[in-house]
Amino acid sequence: MGMTMTQKILAHHAGLESVTAGQLIEANVDLTLANDITGPVAIREMEKAGFNRVFDNRKIALVMDHFTPNKDIKSAQQCLECREFAKKHQIVNFFDVGEMGIEHALLPEKGLTAPGELIIGADSHTCTYGALGAFSTGVGSTDLAAGMATGKAWFKVPSAIQFVLKGKKAPWISGKDIILHIIGMIGVDGALYQSMEFTGEGVQSLSMDDRFTICNMAIEAGAKNGIFPVDQTTKDYIKDRVNRETIVFEADPDAEYTRVVEIDLSALRPTVACPHLPENTKTTDEIGHIEIQQCVIGSCTNGRIEDIRIAADIMKGRHVAPGVRTIVIPATQEVYLQCIEEGLAKIFIQAGAIVSTPTCGPCLGGHMGVLAQGERSVSTTNRNFVGRMGHISSEIYLASPAVAAASAVKGFICSPEDL
Amino acid sequence: MVVKGTVFKYGDNVDTDVIIPARYLNIADVKELSSHAMEDIDTEFVKKVQPGDIVVATRNFGCGSSREHAPLVLRENQISCVIATSFARIFYRNAINIGLPILECEQAANAIQAEDTVSIDFDTGVITNETKGEIYQAAAFPPFIQSIVKAGGLLKSLKERGA
Repeated sequence: MGMTMTQKILAHHAGLESVTAGQLIEANVDLTLANDITGPVAIREMEKAGFNRVFDNRKIALVMDHFTPNKDIKSAQQCLECREFAKKHQIVNFFDVGEMGIEHALLPEKGLTAPGELIIGADSHTCTYGALGAFSTGVGSTDLAAGMATGKAWFKVPSAIQFVLKGKKAPWISGKDIILHIIGMIGVDGALYQSMEFTGEGVQSLSMDDRFTICNMAIEAGAKNGIFPVDQTTKDYIKDRVNRETIVFEADPDAEYTRVVEIDLSALRPTVACPHLPENTKTTDEIGHIEIQQCVIGSCTNGRIEDIRIAADIMKGRHVAPGVRTIVIPATQEVYLQCIEEGLAKIFIQAGAIVSTPTCGPCLGGHMGVLAQGERSVSTTNRNFVGRMGHISSEIYLASPAVAAASAVKGFICSPEDL
Repeated sequence: MVVKGTVFKYGDNVDTDVIIPARYLNIADVKELSSHAMEDIDTEFVKKVQPGDIVVATRNFGCGSSREHAPLVLRENQISCVIATSFARIFYRNAINIGLPILECEQAANAIQAEDTVSIDFDTGVITNETKGEIYQAAAFPPFIQSIVKAGGLLKSLKERGA
């Protein structure tokens, strides 16, 4: 029986000829990742268990992105703990304020993730790198501690759902609409323990940033990972970023899938996930009149340059509606600089929005845009759980950068077509 | 090993943001952190919870963030087991890796109600609802996972194996 793309990568890293769904394996990891929230727990667990060495100081990434630039003393202490660990173990890929960006935008940009590699990260959105044809998945701090110490991790080989993308998306439709549509269709546990493998002729019309967004939210359907085939778009992206040998894996023609889902990209409409689950999706045609007090454009889901360009394109020459606090957060220093050089920062500021240094901040209710009682935000982030962005009675509507920017201008949730 | 306790019952998709809200993730002290467990879904939880108590929920328990703080605050509140129809995969790994017992059992997850008294035999996977006089059978872990649980967590099992 053939293997899925994910299974092939896992087999390769476990040194096995083949693997089958359900098999427990131990595999070598190419990169481990932790941030300022999960890093300290992993560091303490590792030291407590008596591991005094890291397996490879070049294959560990520590990114200070969640509560940074530090929002309070406790957060500062957590970063200090990571900083001291990085110094002690001479961690090459330690990213502090000034170099850091939101981890899942930063690592691909720095060429630290590549096709065929196996990456674990103590952050659930580590699944983002599947966009490059890698196997990457989120783990907890103890798994990460074990990974940092031994360079290995245990996995249960997943089965897979195949998503066959057909047709071409309409203007204003982006990766966010595609993944929200899919989560709305299969539910927040629709791919539980499984891989989401994206394929079909529709893939070629998707940019790298679309693919990052789609794989980023695979976890929101409960998936272990999301993965795209490697094509010219992938190769162009890694060309000046990755300077090591990469292996391209392809699913076998007779690979087994638990389910095959066809998605007609041309039929998709701008899609929004209503409170309090990413599966509560409606198109902007169905949503009705929902007024908002805040708009967040950024995060590991939608803080890349293409996302920011789309939002700027909509806000150019316009102004945000009175009472809509609009926060634009380029995900990395490189994206931030592009924003300045391309004149996007000016567009946002003239539109009455703010442009922040990279941070995960508001996405998880940390800082830089926490919501008060009963307030409502449209957000390009990934979760709209109760209390995620602030007060437990506040509400989050997840949307694409295009829908978020248009909504900020109008003051209520709408499609860019409504402007 | 047998545990026994009173049940806290929740529904589908209990996410890690309600198990331990992100606004508290700057707290390093596990005791202080655990005083906020379940706060956004059940303000009574930390007031009522007794050592050995059991959390029961239905589908996709622990979905969302990878934060290990979620199983940690349940363990710190001396929850003896979480029973659910299904678990989100990262929560599942984390619970095993830190030694918080969890069981998947749809029948038990549906039948058990809040404040029932339940006992669990981890060696056999038998769950007994003493309040209702019912018995449910949970599936046993595969041997590899059992070895992690027996060692008291992933890092201890790695050390035992000479890593």
